[in-house]
Amino acid sequence: MHVPLSYYLILSAILFGLGVLGFLLKRNIIAIFMSLELMLNAVNLSFVAFSYAWQQISGQIFVFFVIVVAAAEAAVGLAIIIMIFRNRASLNIERINLMKL
Amino acid sequence: MSAEHWLFFFFAGVAVLGALNLILQRHPIHSALSLILVMASLAVLYLLLGAEFIAAIQIIVYAGAIMVLFVFVIMVLNAGEEERTSLSRVAKFVGLPLAAVFLVEVCYVLYRAWPSEQMVVPERFLGRTEAIGKALYGEFLLPFELTAILILIALVGAVVLAQKEP
Repeated sequence: MHVPLSYYLILSAILFGLGVLGFLLKRNIIAIFMSLELMLNAVNLSFVAFSYAWQQISGQIFVFFVIVVAAAEAAVGLAIIIMIFRNRASLNIERINLMKL
Repeated sequence: MSAEHWLFFFFAGVAVLGALNLILQRHPIHSALSLILVMASLAVLYLLLGAEFIAAIQIIVYAGAIMVLFVFVIMVLNAGEEERTSLSRVAKFVGLPLAAVFLVEVCYVLYRAWPSEQMVVPERFLGRTEAIGKALYGEFLLPFELTAILILIALVGAVVLAQKEP
């Protein structure tokens, strides 16, 4: 007995939905950033599942590139968060509603 | 129920519970640790799909490097518990049901589009690391080289953004 492919896709959809929910509900800017990473992970899972479904290696190559871009994005995003914290002394996005102080 | 089923359902459950915990925890460090749990269990699911190279870099790069960066920043900024602010009415009564409807709809469409007859059979796995290396340094050589420039720009950008003001 094997696992149907659609289970993987549904799991990926559930994880993506939870990531969207976290993105909308969280108030801490770092937690919002982590929800973003969760969404990227969910998309990666469906990429790997589709790569298996069509027997194409390009799906896994794409996941590789997504991980590379996610690493770059995390570095720059966390640097921006450090900047914001230095200027506002808060991580709550409700307090970060002005472009300029 | 075979061993494959048990592995899938156990790690899928761990991933979903970890994602739920990420949302429910109010301290960012707890969210970060549950995100590491989600990533580790996703690595096992990649192995079940036959993508061994992706599983390895998921652990090394994602759960290792990127999440260490997150934990570092949480510690450096000394982030405490997030303040609880009330959701707006629109978000509570329209947004959350719409999010649930979206989720159910996506699951339904995926379930219809990919009937459960198609199984993941280990004999049909393709993702050996050798094949990925050949594709990466053959067909995808230009994008691969471009990511080097992207990483360099991100490195310079992060240093410039995070440095102390002169």
